[in-house]
Amino acid sequence: MPSDVMLAAEANATPAPAVPVLQVSGLSVEYRTARGVVHALDDVSFELAPGETLGIVGESGCGKSTLARAVVRLLDPSAGTIRLGGTDITHASRRRMRAARRDLQMVLQDPAASLDPRWTVGDLLAEPLEIHGIGTRAERRARVADLLGKVGLPPEAAQRRPHEFSGGQRQRIGIARALALEPKVVVLDEPVSALDVSVQAQILNLLTDLQRTLGVSFLFIGHDLSVVEHVSDRVAVMYLGRIVELGGRDSLWRRPAHPYTRALLDAAPRIDGPSAPAGPGLAGDTPSPYDLPSGCRFHTRCPIAADRCRNEAPALRALSPGHLVACHFAE
Amino acid sequence: MSDPVSSEPVLAVDGLSIGFQTRRGLLPAVRELSFSVRSGEMLAIVGESGCGKSLTALALLGLVPPPGRVTGGTVRLEGRDLLALDEAALRRVRGARMSMIFQEPMTALNPVLTVGEQIMEAILEHEAVSRKAARERTLALLERVRIPDPERRFAEYPHRLSGGMRQRVMIAMALAGAPAVLVADEPTTALDVTIQAQILGLIDELRREQGTAVVFITHDLGVVSRYVDRVLVMYAGRKVEERDTRDLFAGPLHPYTRGLIAAQPRAGAGAAGAERERLAEIPGTVPALAAMPPGCAFAPRCPLADARCVQAVPPPRRAGSGLVACHHAGETHAL
Repeated sequence: MPSDVMLAAEANATPAPAVPVLQVSGLSVEYRTARGVVHALDDVSFELAPGETLGIVGESGCGKSTLARAVVRLLDPSAGTIRLGGTDITHASRRRMRAARRDLQMVLQDPAASLDPRWTVGDLLAEPLEIHGIGTRAERRARVADLLGKVGLPPEAAQRRPHEFSGGQRQRIGIARALALEPKVVVLDEPVSALDVSVQAQILNLLTDLQRTLGVSFLFIGHDLSVVEHVSDRVAVMYLGRIVELGGRDSLWRRPAHPYTRALLDAAPRIDGPSAPAGPGLAGDTPSPYDLPSGCRFHTRCPIAADRCRNEAPALRALSPGHLVACHFAE
Repeated sequence: MSDPVSSEPVLAVDGLSIGFQTRRGLLPAVRELSFSVRSGEMLAIVGESGCGKSLTALALLGLVPPPGRVTGGTVRLEGRDLLALDEAALRRVRGARMSMIFQEPMTALNPVLTVGEQIMEAILEHEAVSRKAARERTLALLERVRIPDPERRFAEYPHRLSGGMRQRVMIAMALAGAPAVLVADEPTTALDVTIQAQILGLIDELRREQGTAVVFITHDLGVVSRYVDRVLVMYAGRKVEERDTRDLFAGPLHPYTRGLIAAQPRAGAGAAGAERERLAEIPGTVPALAAMPPGCAFAPRCPLADARCVQAVPPPRRAGSGLVACHHAGETHAL
C-alpha cells in the first residue's frame, strides 16, 4: 500500500473529534467481597466520537464487562467520571439516569436474559417509548414496525414472543429495543459471542449498516479479536483492569506495541493468518484480581519484563498521535 | 502428511446414523456418516450448532444420551466394532483405548476427589498395578501435561484450579490409559485465547510424540487452520465436505463451506481506513430436524440450488484430496 494512503487512513481512524458523545476519565471500580477487595477496573479513560465504534478487547478478568456496566451505571464506580454528551452522569440520580438512558443504551450477550418471555415483541419494543412518554399508541405501533424493519424482521414479529425466535433473531430484537429511543451511544457487551459464525456475520453487518444510517456510536466489548477488529474504528486492549494499549485498529493490529497485545494476536489463530504462532506464547494463567502483581500488572507473564516493571507501573503514553501504550519498553 | 492408503486407520466410522426417539417418530440427527482417522492424525469435525458434531463425538464412545440412539452403522476402533459391544466391554475401552475430553472439565471431574485421586482411579480401573505405581504414573502424567508443582496439585480439588488447569487435569486423565484415539469436544471453547493456545499446543504435541489420533470437534475455523490435518464439515446431520485442511481453505468445494469461510471476519479486511467490508452472510437458518427437506438440506439457503438439489440428496463424491456432497461441486468458484 502506498504510504500516503496509510497516513491518510490513520489520520481518519485515530483522534477523537472535538465533541465526544461519551467521555470516561479515571474510572475505577472496586468490589468488596469476603475474600477482600477486587480492583476490577483501575483508572480507565477514553472518549467516544459521534458515529464511532471503540472496541474493548481482553481476556477473562480484564475488566471489560465491568467497564460496560459501569458506563451505563449498572454499578457504581469508586473513582472517575462518566460524561454523556457533556453531562456528568457519574452520580446521577435514578430519575436523571432515566432521562440519560434515552441517549445511552445497552445490548447484552444473551438477549433471552434481557427480554421478558411473557411479553410480545411489540410490547418489548414499545415499552421504552411508553416510559419516556413518546408518541400516541398508534404512533408507537408504527415506530415498532419501523424498528423491526430496521433490524430485518417482518412486521408480524410484533405479535410473537421472544422464545419463538432463533438466537440471531432474538439479538435483532435486543438491538431494536436498544435503538427504540434513538440513543447516541449503545454499549454492546459480547453481542455475537453466543452466535454461530453465519449468524454472527448477519448481526455484524446489521450493526455496520445501522451505524452508517443512524450515526450512533458503539462501545463494543468482545473477546474475539477478529470480530472486534472487524467492527471497530479504534480498539482498547485491557489486562487486569487497565487499558494497556489503545489505538486506531489498523495501527494497533499492524504495529502492536504492548507485549500483551502481541501475545494476544499471536495466540488467536485465524484462517488467513500465519499457520503457526510466531512466539512461544504466554505461560501460566492471568494472576488473581485479589492479588495483583506490583508495578506493571503484566510483568509476571511478560517475555521482556525487567526490574523496573516489577516496581513501577507504566503510564499510558502516546507513541504516535492517537496510539497509546502502557509499557516501559514500547517504542 | 502421509498418503491416506499407506496405513490402516485406527478409527473407522462407517454409515453412522443417530436419531432422537420422539412421539412423532424417529428424528434423524446424524445420517450415514463415514470417516476414518490414522495414528498421529488430527481430524476436525466442524459445523454450526445442531449439525450433529457433538452427538457424533458421544456416539464414538457409546455415550449418546436418551432419547437419542445410534440407529445404524459401525464404529471400528483398531478393527473392533464398538457398537456391537455391551456396556461392560465398552467401559473397558473408554479411558483405555479411546478417551474423551469435554468443553467444561467440571462435568467430567469429580468435585469431591482430589486431582491425584481421580487420575489414580482412572489408572487402577484399567490396569492391575499397585497404588504406589499408580501414584507415580499420576505424577508423571501431571508433569506430562505441564502442570507446575505436580506434588502439590495432586492433593488439590478441581474447583481450586483455573479453567486451563482443569482442562490439563482432564487431559492427564484421558491419557491415563495411553489411548489410541482422543476425542476432544470443543476443549478450548470456554478458555481465554492465550490459555487456548497452551492447551492446543499440548494436544498437538501429544499426538506428535505419542501418535495419538485426535478427533477434534469445533466450531472455530481459525483453530482448525492452525492445528488440524484434515477437516470434515457437517451440515444438518450429514457430511458435506471432507478435505485436507490446506485444500479446504484454499478452495472450498461445497457452497456451505464456502459460506462459512466467507462469513469469518478477516485480518486487515477493508485495508486501512477503507469502508468496512461487509461479511458474507448465509441467508436463512438451518432446517429443524422435524422439517428436513427431502433433497440436499442446504438447498433452501444455497445460491446454486436447482430442481435436482431439491429432489435428491447428493452422495459424497471424490474431489482432489477428499470428498464433497454437492450436485454442483466445482461450481462454487462462480459464486
